[in-house]
Amino acid sequence: MIEDKDLDIQEETPPPESVIPAEAGTDPTEPASRYPFHNTEWRSEDCKLRNEGLPEEERDWFADARPQPARTSNQIMEKFFNWCRAHSLWILAFGTGCGAIELRPLVTSRYDISRLGMQMRPTPRQASVFVIGGYVSIKTLKRIVRSYEQMQGPKFVVAVCSCAINGGMYWDSYNTIKRIDEYIPVDVYVTGCMPRPEAVMAGFTKLKELIMAGKAEGQNLYAEKFDWYKANQKQVIKDWNMPDYNW
Amino acid sequence: MKELYELLKDRFRLSDFSQKQPVQAWLKVPSDQAVALITHLRDIHGFSHLVMLTCVDWIEQGKFQLTYILHNYHDHKDLGVKVYIDRESASMESIHHLWEQARTYQRELYEMFGISFPGSPGLTDPFILEGWDDMPVMRRDFDTKAYSETHYSHRPREIHEPEEHMKQRMYPED
Repeated sequence: MIEDKDLDIQEETPPPESVIPAEAGTDPTEPASRYPFHNTEWRSEDCKLRNEGLPEEERDWFADARPQPARTSNQIMEKFFNWCRAHSLWILAFGTGCGAIELRPLVTSRYDISRLGMQMRPTPRQASVFVIGGYVSIKTLKRIVRSYEQMQGPKFVVAVCSCAINGGMYWDSYNTIKRIDEYIPVDVYVTGCMPRPEAVMAGFTKLKELIMAGKAEGQNLYAEKFDWYKANQKQVIKDWNMPDYNW
Repeated sequence: MKELYELLKDRFRLSDFSQKQPVQAWLKVPSDQAVALITHLRDIHGFSHLVMLTCVDWIEQGKFQLTYILHNYHDHKDLGVKVYIDRESASMESIHHLWEQARTYQRELYEMFGISFPGSPGLTDPFILEGWDDMPVMRRDFDTKAYSETHYSHRPREIHEPEEHMKQRMYPED
Protein backbone atom coordinates (compact mmCIF):
# COMPACT_ATOMS: atom_id res chain seq x y z
CA MET A 1 0.00 0.00 0.00
CA ILE A 2 1.41 3.35 -0.92
CA GLU A 3 0.78 6.60 0.81
CA ASP A 4 -0.63 9.65 -0.84
CA LYS A 5 2.63 11.50 -0.39
CA ASP A 6 4.39 8.96 -2.57
CA LEU A 7 2.27 9.92 -5.49
CA ASP A 8 2.89 12.98 -7.50
CA ILE A 9 -0.82 13.51 -7.86
CA GLN A 10 -2.03 15.17 -4.70
CA GLU A 11 -5.67 15.46 -3.99
CA GLU A 12 -5.68 18.73 -2.12
CA THR A 13 -4.04 21.29 -4.31
CA PRO A 14 -5.26 24.83 -3.98
CA PRO A 15 -6.51 26.39 -7.19
CA PRO A 16 -4.13 28.93 -8.70
CA GLU A 17 -5.20 32.37 -7.61
CA SER A 18 -3.91 34.31 -10.56
CA VAL A 19 -6.11 32.44 -12.99
CA ILE A 20 -9.35 33.50 -11.45
CA PRO A 21 -10.35 36.97 -12.55
CA ALA A 22 -10.67 39.42 -9.73
CA GLU A 23 -14.09 40.28 -8.46
CA ALA A 24 -15.60 43.14 -10.35
CA GLY A 25 -15.81 46.39 -8.52
CA THR A 26 -12.76 45.90 -6.31
CA ASP A 27 -10.76 48.45 -8.27
CA PRO A 28 -12.56 51.80 -8.37
CA THR A 29 -10.64 52.98 -11.42
CA GLU A 30 -11.89 50.07 -13.49
CA PRO A 31 -15.43 50.18 -14.80
CA ALA A 32 -17.48 47.71 -12.83
CA SER A 33 -18.17 44.62 -14.83
CA ARG A 34 -20.28 41.62 -14.02
CA TYR A 35 -18.73 39.40 -16.61
CA PRO A 36 -15.30 37.79 -16.49
CA PHE A 37 -14.61 38.39 -20.16
CA HIS A 38 -14.69 42.12 -19.52
CA ASN A 39 -11.79 41.59 -17.19
CA THR A 40 -8.49 41.72 -19.04
CA GLU A 41 -6.28 40.08 -16.44
CA TRP A 42 -6.48 36.64 -18.02
CA ARG A 43 -5.04 38.07 -21.23
CA SER A 44 -1.73 38.89 -19.57
CA GLU A 45 1.39 37.05 -20.66
CA ASP A 46 1.64 35.08 -17.42
CA CYS A 47 -1.77 33.54 -17.89
CA LYS A 48 -1.31 32.53 -21.51
CA LEU A 49 -1.02 28.85 -22.32
CA ARG A 50 2.24 27.83 -23.92
CA ASN A 51 1.01 24.88 -26.06
CA GLU A 52 4.41 23.31 -25.67
CA GLY A 53 3.27 19.91 -26.91
CA LEU A 54 2.84 21.29 -30.41
CA PRO A 55 5.55 22.01 -32.97
CA GLU A 56 6.88 25.57 -32.90
CA GLU A 57 5.15 26.70 -36.07
CA GLU A 58 1.74 25.37 -34.99
CA ARG A 59 1.57 26.96 -31.55
CA ASP A 60 -0.16 30.15 -32.55
CA TRP A 61 -2.76 28.29 -34.58
CA PHE A 62 -4.50 27.39 -31.35
CA ALA A 63 -5.94 29.37 -28.51
CA ASP A 64 -3.67 30.38 -25.68
CA ALA A 65 -6.45 31.52 -23.34
CA ARG A 66 -7.43 29.59 -20.26
CA PRO A 67 -11.02 28.60 -19.49
CA GLN A 68 -12.76 31.18 -17.34
CA PRO A 69 -15.22 30.38 -14.59
CA ALA A 70 -18.69 31.48 -15.52
CA ARG A 71 -19.99 34.09 -13.09
CA THR A 72 -23.63 35.00 -12.86
CA SER A 73 -25.28 37.86 -11.12
CA ASN A 74 -29.01 37.53 -11.55
CA GLN A 75 -30.01 34.61 -9.36
CA ILE A 76 -33.61 34.45 -10.50
CA MET A 77 -32.67 34.23 -14.13
CA GLU A 78 -29.98 31.70 -13.28
CA LYS A 79 -32.54 29.49 -11.57
CA PHE A 80 -34.70 29.65 -14.64
CA PHE A 81 -31.74 28.82 -16.86
CA ASN A 82 -30.84 25.91 -14.61
CA TRP A 83 -34.38 24.60 -14.87
CA CYS A 84 -34.07 24.80 -18.65
CA ARG A 85 -30.68 23.10 -18.64
CA ALA A 86 -31.90 20.27 -16.44
CA HIS A 87 -34.72 19.48 -18.83
CA SER A 88 -32.65 19.48 -21.95
CA LEU A 89 -29.67 17.23 -21.34
CA TRP A 90 -27.97 16.27 -24.55
CA ILE A 91 -25.54 13.41 -24.24
CA LEU A 92 -22.33 13.15 -26.16
CA ALA A 93 -22.37 9.82 -28.00
CA PHE A 94 -18.84 8.93 -27.08
CA GLY A 95 -18.23 5.40 -25.93
CA THR A 96 -15.55 4.54 -23.42
CA GLY A 97 -15.47 0.95 -22.27
CA CYS A 98 -18.29 -1.54 -22.01
CA GLY A 99 -20.74 1.04 -20.65
CA ALA A 100 -21.02 2.48 -24.12
CA ILE A 101 -22.79 -0.69 -25.27
CA GLU A 102 -24.99 -0.90 -22.22
CA LEU A 103 -26.18 2.68 -22.54
CA ARG A 104 -27.79 2.00 -25.89
CA PRO A 105 -30.98 0.49 -24.36
CA LEU A 106 -31.66 3.91 -22.87
CA VAL A 107 -32.60 5.39 -26.19
CA THR A 108 -34.70 2.46 -27.31
CA SER A 109 -38.43 2.23 -26.79
CA ARG A 110 -38.33 0.46 -23.44
CA TYR A 111 -36.54 3.21 -21.48
CA ASP A 112 -36.72 6.00 -24.05
CA ILE A 113 -34.85 8.90 -22.52
CA SER A 114 -36.09 11.27 -25.18
CA ARG A 115 -39.31 11.63 -23.17
CA LEU A 116 -37.07 13.22 -20.50
CA GLY A 117 -35.66 15.72 -22.94
CA MET A 118 -32.44 13.78 -23.44
CA GLN A 119 -30.88 12.62 -26.64
CA MET A 120 -27.55 11.56 -28.08
CA ARG A 121 -25.56 14.09 -30.05
CA PRO A 122 -22.79 13.15 -32.44
CA THR A 123 -20.50 16.10 -31.73
CA PRO A 124 -19.17 17.67 -28.54
CA ARG A 125 -20.25 21.08 -29.75
CA GLN A 126 -23.92 20.14 -29.33
CA ALA A 127 -23.68 18.07 -26.19
CA SER A 128 -23.96 19.06 -22.55
CA VAL A 129 -23.55 15.73 -20.74
CA PHE A 130 -20.47 13.54 -21.04
CA VAL A 131 -21.08 9.95 -19.94
CA ILE A 132 -17.89 8.13 -19.02
CA GLY A 133 -19.12 4.61 -19.59
CA GLY A 134 -16.51 2.34 -18.08
CA TYR A 135 -12.78 1.87 -17.95
CA VAL A 136 -10.65 4.70 -19.27
CA SER A 137 -7.37 3.75 -20.89
CA ILE A 138 -4.67 6.32 -21.44
CA LYS A 139 -5.37 6.43 -25.14
CA THR A 140 -9.05 7.09 -24.46
CA LEU A 141 -8.28 9.64 -21.79
CA LYS A 142 -6.55 11.80 -24.36
CA ARG A 143 -9.71 11.79 -26.48
CA ILE A 144 -11.90 12.34 -23.43
CA VAL A 145 -9.95 15.44 -22.42
CA ARG A 146 -10.14 16.78 -25.92
CA SER A 147 -13.86 16.11 -26.27
CA TYR A 148 -14.66 17.46 -22.82
CA GLU A 149 -12.86 20.71 -23.49
CA GLN A 150 -14.59 21.08 -26.84
CA MET A 151 -18.03 20.82 -25.28
CA GLN A 152 -19.72 24.15 -24.79
CA GLY A 153 -20.72 25.11 -21.31
CA PRO A 154 -22.62 24.47 -19.19
CA LYS A 155 -21.43 20.87 -19.29
CA PHE A 156 -21.79 17.98 -16.91
CA VAL A 157 -20.06 14.64 -16.47
CA VAL A 158 -21.66 11.39 -15.33
CA ALA A 159 -19.24 8.57 -14.47
CA VAL A 160 -20.96 5.23 -15.00
CA CYS A 161 -19.53 1.85 -13.88
CA SER A 162 -17.05 1.06 -11.16
CA CYS A 163 -14.07 1.19 -13.51
CA ALA A 164 -14.45 4.92 -14.01
CA ILE A 165 -14.78 5.46 -10.28
CA ASN A 166 -11.99 3.37 -8.76
CA GLY A 167 -10.51 1.28 -11.54
CA GLY A 168 -12.84 -1.67 -10.99
CA MET A 169 -11.43 -4.91 -12.28
CA TYR A 170 -8.64 -2.96 -13.97
CA TRP A 171 -7.23 -1.83 -10.62
CA ASP A 172 -3.78 -3.22 -11.43
CA SER A 173 -3.72 -2.42 -15.12
CA TYR A 174 -0.73 -0.61 -16.56
CA ASN A 175 -2.87 1.24 -19.05
CA THR A 176 -6.02 2.26 -17.20
CA ILE A 177 -6.47 5.22 -14.92
CA LYS A 178 -8.23 4.57 -11.64
CA ARG A 179 -9.92 7.87 -10.87
CA ILE A 180 -11.49 9.86 -13.65
CA ASP A 181 -12.20 12.74 -11.27
CA GLU A 182 -8.53 13.67 -11.20
CA TYR A 183 -8.57 14.42 -14.91
CA ILE A 184 -11.99 15.94 -15.52
CA PRO A 185 -14.55 17.05 -12.93
CA VAL A 186 -17.39 14.60 -12.30
CA ASP A 187 -20.87 15.57 -11.13
CA VAL A 188 -22.59 12.22 -10.61
CA TYR A 189 -21.27 8.69 -10.12
CA VAL A 190 -23.31 5.61 -10.94
CA THR A 191 -21.88 2.45 -9.42
CA GLY A 192 -22.26 -1.05 -10.75
CA CYS A 193 -20.65 -3.39 -13.18
CA MET A 194 -22.71 -2.90 -15.30
CA PRO A 195 -25.42 -0.68 -13.78
CA ARG A 196 -28.90 -1.41 -15.01
CA PRO A 197 -30.51 1.23 -17.24
CA GLU A 198 -32.72 2.11 -14.28
CA ALA A 199 -29.63 2.95 -12.25
CA VAL A 200 -28.25 5.13 -15.02
CA MET A 201 -31.57 6.92 -15.28
CA ALA A 202 -31.57 7.42 -11.52
CA GLY A 203 -28.15 9.01 -11.99
CA PHE A 204 -29.55 11.35 -14.59
CA THR A 205 -32.41 12.24 -12.24
CA LYS A 206 -29.85 13.06 -9.57
CA LEU A 207 -27.95 15.17 -12.07
CA LYS A 208 -31.12 17.10 -12.82
CA GLU A 209 -31.62 17.78 -9.13
CA LEU A 210 -28.05 18.99 -8.83
CA ILE A 211 -28.37 21.26 -11.82
CA MET A 212 -31.62 22.77 -10.59
CA ALA A 213 -30.05 23.31 -7.17
CA GLY A 214 -27.14 25.05 -8.85
CA LYS A 215 -24.63 22.50 -7.54
CA ALA A 216 -23.42 20.96 -10.80
CA GLU A 217 -20.50 23.34 -11.18
CA GLY A 218 -17.93 20.98 -12.66
CA GLN A 219 -17.15 23.34 -15.49
CA ASN A 220 -16.27 26.16 -13.11
CA LEU A 221 -14.21 23.78 -11.00
CA TYR A 222 -12.28 22.78 -14.10
CA ALA A 223 -11.60 26.41 -14.92
CA GLU A 224 -10.56 27.27 -11.39
CA LYS A 225 -8.30 24.25 -10.87
CA PHE A 226 -7.19 24.20 -14.48
CA ASP A 227 -3.47 23.91 -13.72
CA TRP A 228 -4.03 21.00 -11.36
CA TYR A 229 -6.15 19.07 -13.85
CA LYS A 230 -3.73 19.83 -16.64
CA ALA A 231 -0.75 18.63 -14.59
CA ASN A 232 -2.55 15.36 -13.81
CA GLN A 233 -3.46 14.84 -17.44
CA LYS A 234 0.04 15.52 -18.68
CA GLN A 235 1.51 13.19 -16.13
CA VAL A 236 -0.20 10.13 -17.60
CA ILE A 237 -0.55 11.19 -21.25
CA LYS A 238 3.05 10.85 -22.29
CA ASP A 239 2.75 12.02 -25.90
CA TRP A 240 0.98 15.31 -25.40
CA ASN A 241 0.76 16.55 -28.97
CA MET A 242 -2.33 18.72 -28.75
CA PRO A 243 -3.05 22.23 -27.53
CA ASP A 244 -3.19 22.80 -23.80
CA TYR A 245 -6.83 23.83 -24.03
CA ASN A 246 -8.99 22.70 -26.95
CA TRP A 247 -11.98 24.83 -27.78
CA MET B 1 -2.59 -33.94 -41.82
CA LYS B 2 -0.04 -36.57 -40.92
CA GLU B 3 0.61 -37.21 -44.63
CA LEU B 4 1.30 -33.55 -45.15
CA TYR B 5 3.74 -33.59 -42.26
CA GLU B 6 5.58 -36.63 -43.67
CA LEU B 7 5.69 -34.93 -47.05
CA LEU B 8 7.08 -31.71 -45.67
CA LYS B 9 9.55 -33.46 -43.43
CA ASP B 10 11.79 -34.33 -46.37
CA ARG B 11 12.11 -30.68 -47.22
CA PHE B 12 12.17 -28.90 -43.82
CA ARG B 13 13.52 -29.68 -40.37
CA LEU B 14 10.16 -30.22 -38.72
CA SER B 15 9.47 -31.69 -35.30
CA ASP B 16 6.85 -32.07 -32.58
CA PHE B 17 3.87 -32.92 -34.78
CA SER B 18 0.64 -33.13 -32.85
CA GLN B 19 -2.94 -33.45 -33.97
CA LYS B 20 -5.78 -33.34 -31.49
CA GLN B 21 -8.60 -32.81 -33.95
CA PRO B 22 -9.05 -34.11 -37.49
CA VAL B 23 -8.91 -30.60 -38.92
CA GLN B 24 -6.19 -29.08 -36.80
CA ALA B 25 -2.52 -29.88 -36.43
CA TRP B 26 0.58 -28.30 -34.97
CA LEU B 27 4.22 -28.52 -35.87
CA LYS B 28 7.46 -26.88 -34.93
CA VAL B 29 10.10 -25.48 -37.26
CA PRO B 30 13.43 -23.68 -36.70
CA SER B 31 13.26 -19.94 -37.16
CA ASP B 32 15.57 -19.85 -40.18
CA GLN B 33 13.22 -22.13 -42.14
CA ALA B 34 9.95 -20.68 -40.91
CA VAL B 35 9.27 -18.18 -43.68
CA ALA B 36 10.29 -20.71 -46.33
CA LEU B 37 7.90 -23.26 -44.84
CA ILE B 38 5.03 -20.78 -44.61
CA THR B 39 5.59 -19.67 -48.21
CA HIS B 40 5.64 -23.31 -49.29
CA LEU B 41 2.42 -24.04 -47.41
CA ARG B 42 0.72 -21.01 -48.89
CA ASP B 43 1.78 -21.53 -52.50
CA ILE B 44 1.89 -25.32 -52.85
CA HIS B 45 -0.47 -26.75 -50.24
CA GLY B 46 -3.26 -24.20 -50.34
CA PHE B 47 -2.95 -22.68 -46.87
CA SER B 48 -3.88 -19.32 -48.28
CA HIS B 49 -5.27 -17.66 -45.17
CA LEU B 50 -3.30 -16.30 -42.21
CA VAL B 51 -5.63 -16.78 -39.25
CA MET B 52 -3.39 -15.18 -36.68
CA LEU B 53 0.13 -14.53 -35.57
CA THR B 54 0.67 -14.53 -31.86
CA CYS B 55 3.36 -14.99 -29.25
CA VAL B 56 3.92 -16.83 -25.97
CA ASP B 57 6.63 -15.78 -23.54
CA TRP B 58 8.46 -18.85 -22.17
CA ILE B 59 10.56 -16.90 -19.72
CA GLU B 60 11.97 -20.02 -18.03
CA GLN B 61 13.51 -21.27 -21.28
CA GLY B 62 14.44 -17.75 -22.41
CA LYS B 63 12.37 -18.19 -25.57
CA PHE B 64 9.49 -16.52 -27.37
CA GLN B 65 7.15 -18.89 -29.17
CA LEU B 66 5.67 -17.34 -32.30
CA THR B 67 2.59 -19.16 -33.55
CA TYR B 68 1.45 -18.76 -37.13
CA ILE B 69 -1.96 -20.32 -37.71
CA LEU B 70 -2.77 -20.99 -41.36
CA HIS B 71 -6.05 -22.09 -42.87
CA ASN B 72 -6.75 -24.10 -45.96
CA TYR B 73 -10.02 -23.14 -47.63
CA HIS B 74 -10.23 -26.26 -49.81
CA ASP B 75 -10.45 -28.88 -47.08
CA HIS B 76 -10.97 -26.43 -44.16
CA LYS B 77 -7.96 -27.46 -42.15
CA ASP B 78 -5.86 -25.39 -39.80
CA LEU B 79 -2.13 -25.76 -39.38
CA GLY B 80 -0.29 -24.09 -36.55
CA VAL B 81 3.40 -23.41 -37.11
CA LYS B 82 5.38 -22.85 -33.93
CA VAL B 83 8.66 -20.99 -34.12
CA TYR B 84 10.94 -20.49 -31.13
CA ILE B 85 13.19 -17.46 -31.08
CA ASP B 86 15.58 -16.16 -28.47
CA ARG B 87 14.14 -13.86 -25.87
CA GLU B 88 17.18 -11.63 -25.76
CA SER B 89 17.31 -9.27 -28.76
CA ALA B 90 14.26 -11.03 -30.18
CA SER B 91 13.99 -10.71 -33.93
CA MET B 92 12.15 -12.61 -36.64
CA GLU B 93 11.78 -12.40 -40.40
CA SER B 94 8.74 -10.47 -41.53
CA ILE B 95 5.95 -12.13 -43.53
CA HIS B 96 4.21 -8.94 -44.63
CA HIS B 97 5.12 -9.75 -48.25
CA LEU B 98 2.98 -12.91 -48.01
CA TRP B 99 -0.04 -11.35 -46.28
CA GLU B 100 -0.45 -7.62 -46.07
CA GLN B 101 -2.31 -7.85 -42.77
CA ALA B 102 0.67 -9.48 -41.09
CA ARG B 103 2.19 -6.03 -40.62
CA THR B 104 -0.52 -5.22 -38.07
CA TYR B 105 0.22 -8.39 -36.12
CA GLN B 106 3.90 -7.64 -36.24
CA ARG B 107 3.34 -4.08 -35.12
CA GLU B 108 1.39 -5.39 -32.16
CA LEU B 109 4.07 -7.93 -31.28
CA TYR B 110 6.72 -5.23 -31.47
CA GLU B 111 4.82 -3.12 -28.99
CA MET B 112 3.65 -5.84 -26.64
CA PHE B 113 6.69 -8.13 -26.63
CA GLY B 114 9.47 -6.06 -28.17
CA ILE B 115 10.03 -8.50 -31.02
CA SER B 116 11.64 -6.83 -34.01
CA PHE B 117 10.54 -7.65 -37.55
CA PRO B 118 13.07 -5.91 -39.81
CA GLY B 119 11.51 -4.50 -42.95
CA SER B 120 7.93 -4.59 -41.75
CA PRO B 121 6.26 -1.27 -42.68
CA GLY B 122 5.17 0.99 -39.83
CA LEU B 123 6.55 -1.39 -37.25
CA THR B 124 7.40 1.20 -34.62
CA ASP B 125 4.21 3.26 -34.88
CA PRO B 126 2.29 3.27 -31.60
CA PHE B 127 -0.37 0.57 -31.70
CA ILE B 128 -2.29 0.85 -28.44
CA LEU B 129 0.15 2.39 -25.97
CA GLU B 130 0.85 5.89 -27.14
CA GLY B 131 4.09 7.31 -25.85
CA TRP B 132 5.03 4.20 -23.89
CA ASP B 133 8.52 4.47 -22.42
CA ASP B 134 8.76 1.40 -20.19
CA MET B 135 9.51 -2.23 -21.13
CA PRO B 136 7.07 -4.08 -23.43
CA VAL B 137 4.06 -4.88 -21.36
CA MET B 138 3.28 -8.48 -22.28
CA ARG B 139 6.71 -9.75 -21.30
CA ARG B 140 6.21 -11.76 -18.18
CA ASP B 141 8.87 -9.92 -16.18
CA PHE B 142 6.88 -6.68 -16.50
CA ASP B 143 5.11 -6.08 -13.20
CA THR B 144 1.81 -4.47 -14.11
CA LYS B 145 0.69 -4.04 -10.50
CA ALA B 146 3.86 -2.23 -9.47
CA TYR B 147 3.64 -0.01 -12.53
CA SER B 148 0.02 0.82 -11.79
CA GLU B 149 0.80 1.67 -8.18
CA THR B 150 3.66 3.98 -9.01
CA HIS B 151 2.07 5.75 -11.97
CA TYR B 152 -1.63 6.09 -11.15
CA SER B 153 -3.33 7.15 -7.96
CA HIS B 154 -5.86 4.85 -6.39
CA ARG B 155 -9.04 5.78 -4.64
CA PRO B 156 -8.69 4.79 -0.99
CA ARG B 157 -10.99 2.01 0.01
CA GLU B 158 -13.71 2.63 2.56
CA ILE B 159 -14.98 -0.37 4.47
CA HIS B 160 -18.28 -0.30 6.30
CA GLU B 161 -18.86 -3.19 8.67
CA PRO B 162 -22.57 -3.98 8.57
CA GLU B 163 -22.86 -4.23 12.34
CA GLU B 164 -21.16 -0.89 13.00
CA HIS B 165 -22.97 0.76 10.12
CA MET B 166 -26.42 -0.23 11.30
CA LYS B 167 -25.52 0.66 14.86
CA GLN B 168 -24.54 4.14 13.76
CA ARG B 169 -27.66 4.45 11.72
CA MET B 170 -30.21 3.14 14.20
CA TYR B 171 -28.69 4.08 17.54
CA PRO B 172 -26.44 7.05 16.85
CA GLU B 173 -26.47 8.24 20.47
CA ASP B 174 -25.06 5.00 21.90
